[in-house]
Amino acid sequence: MDLNLTPQELAFRDEVRAWFAANVPKDWVRRRNAEESMEARFEYLRAWQRKMFDAGWAGVSWPREYGGRGASLMEQVIFIEEMARAEAPPMANVLGLGLIGPTIIAFGTDAQKTRFLPKILSAEEIWCQGFSEPNAGSDLAALGSEGKLDGDHFIVNGQKIWNSYGWAADWCELVVRTDPNVEKHKGLTVLLADMKSPGVEVRPLKQMTGESEFCELFFRDVRVPVSNVIGKVNDGWRVAMGTLMHERGTFGAGLQVNYRRNFNRLVEIAHHMKRTGDPLVRQKLAQAYTEIEVMRCNQMRAFSRINETGVPGPEGSIQKIFWSELNQRFQQMAQEIMGPYGQLAHGSADAFDEGQWAYGYLRSRGNTIEAGTSEIQRNIIGHFVLGLPKSY
Amino acid sequence: MNFGLSESQQILKNNARKFFAAECPVSEVRRIMETESAHDQKLWRSMAEQGFLGVVIPEDAGGMGLGMVELAALAEEMGRALVPGPFLATLLASAAIEGAGTKKHLAEIASGQCKGTLALLEAGGSWSPDAVAMPALEGEKMFVPDAGVADVIVVAARDRGELALYLVDGKSIERTAMPAVDLTRRLYKLNFAKAQGELLARGDAARNALERALDIATVALCAEMTGGMQRTMEMAVEYAKTRKQFGKPIGQYQAVQHQCADMLLWTESSRSATYYAAWALDNNAPDARAAVSVAKVYASDSCREVGNRGVQVQGGMGFTWENDVHLYYRRAKASEIAFGDATFHRERIARLIIDRMNARTAVGV
Repeated sequence: MDLNLTPQELAFRDEVRAWFAANVPKDWVRRRNAEESMEARFEYLRAWQRKMFDAGWAGVSWPREYGGRGASLMEQVIFIEEMARAEAPPMANVLGLGLIGPTIIAFGTDAQKTRFLPKILSAEEIWCQGFSEPNAGSDLAALGSEGKLDGDHFIVNGQKIWNSYGWAADWCELVVRTDPNVEKHKGLTVLLADMKSPGVEVRPLKQMTGESEFCELFFRDVRVPVSNVIGKVNDGWRVAMGTLMHERGTFGAGLQVNYRRNFNRLVEIAHHMKRTGDPLVRQKLAQAYTEIEVMRCNQMRAFSRINETGVPGPEGSIQKIFWSELNQRFQQMAQEIMGPYGQLAHGSADAFDEGQWAYGYLRSRGNTIEAGTSEIQRNIIGHFVLGLPKSY
Repeated sequence: MNFGLSESQQILKNNARKFFAAECPVSEVRRIMETESAHDQKLWRSMAEQGFLGVVIPEDAGGMGLGMVELAALAEEMGRALVPGPFLATLLASAAIEGAGTKKHLAEIASGQCKGTLALLEAGGSWSPDAVAMPALEGEKMFVPDAGVADVIVVAARDRGELALYLVDGKSIERTAMPAVDLTRRLYKLNFAKAQGELLARGDAARNALERALDIATVALCAEMTGGMQRTMEMAVEYAKTRKQFGKPIGQYQAVQHQCADMLLWTESSRSATYYAAWALDNNAPDARAAVSVAKVYASDSCREVGNRGVQVQGGMGFTWENDVHLYYRRAKASEIAFGDATFHRERIARLIIDRMNARTAVGV
């Protein structure tokens, strides 16, 4: 057991840290909380990704042959942590870089790799996912969008929901049912669909925070060429699960840094409000510190295990529950400490941090739902880690 | 960076598991806990032969000279096997003696000829060194672990207002049992009537030695708690797989399954926090002391909840004397309290972390 970074890891960290220090746009921290149109914000983030791409940082985890940096898992973790530490803006093509690019690398044909990967890295083409449907959320394999073969095209009809970035996307990783006559997991196919195709409609979905992070997608007789099937026809479940595996991977590394920053900020506010002498407040803050530290330890352990053995251990499966429930408790605690100030929203001159705490409280409600609900996560632990019989 | 155990650390852990499975199965635990002192000299001697009693004692003092990670690996297996007796008490004593800058008794401790304990708590029940009020050496110490079999006792007392540590011959002190929930470890009240003791350290040196000893023992305790949680979870999961109601194993129902998932989350998270604290102590990391408290806060709250679920999942069977889960449940309660409960350690974190930050940039009001 050795938690010190190796000389190579240290050198990598210093290189990353120096690059972010010199290149993170100075206006981002202010701009982050400012009002601006989604489109203007998106172009800003696209320019930022382009800058990272030009410097060779856009696809750190991707193999070198596909334009990435071929970073080891530990280097990826360091990169994500440094990015969070530097308060760098997110990259515009988050899903393309994190989920869909790796899926194309794993399952795609050479032609697909050549066609799609470079433009994912450069943010020239933005990607979204068409997975969940109104009647297929946790039970994803029950999805009903159909892909009917017509010569060298699939004709797609159906509706997708909880889609992020659909309004900005050029392409969509789309899961459809291509064989309704077999067991539900066996008749699915993953298509790479052009969002500019006739018959694609995108409607923003307003969420409880007032934002529209998500969209609904409607497909009406949309033609997708068979050459855009990724993996094999009717083998889409395996491909989709490959994508979701990435979703639960290194994502948490940056969260831990952000949580610690939020904690530090909350302590400042608690001091400012002269509340840190209150034994109850001290208990609550110390509990938050504890949980954030335990999350950090869990992550170090999980990444280290994957690095050593290539497979996640039991500590990996608990991460999603841990960070989501932690954040809900933390946001609630922040509200208690701030008293009446916690509820003040963006636009109130008296709010702390331009209303970020009221927003954070509302937004944290989504944490235990997105990327697999806490209930589904506990099912996964029960069945796949503890070996209990499947409940459904 | 590598969080995993090294090959030699893993071997030590595997050997410990095999050893305790053979030498201290739960039938032995039940036999030993019925004895007056919950200590078995034969088991103690074979633990000494394995080197288990001197893991962190320096080699030149007869120990193995290993670090906290190795100690945690051993303690996790001991917690899993619910090994009764004065292991932690003796660890406290040896760490305090070594922390005071002497090697007295360390070789005898490592070889199993000498058992020890630390007398800290008084009637107020606080684990803080600041709370020590007993003048040297006249008065009462309470909740002293396994003092009944201790050959040497390290005693925290006040010498003209200053904190001081003394080494006292165990047999010279009047020791009264304080029967408690955990049957595998005994608590005692000690009555010092102008007792003779050898001064080990005074002032800051005493305080540092005491805090260091408590940190070391706390990490070992957290590792034990993790092992206990692991075993409690395994028993519950096993039961959930075999017990059938309404024609199905109860582990198929999500109400049961999710309780087991929570047990895994708490157990694994306690493990991560504990090994991090062990590593931080070994490496004098700047946050080492806070890391110890993080581990104890998390493990204390978790072991109680894992115990609760462990009984609940096994239903009526879990509530019987015959089922082993209550042995772990009892130990968990004692461990939750020992060396400061979650509330105590949260306040310690507040002092170590929160009080050292300030309001410098808060704006908006």
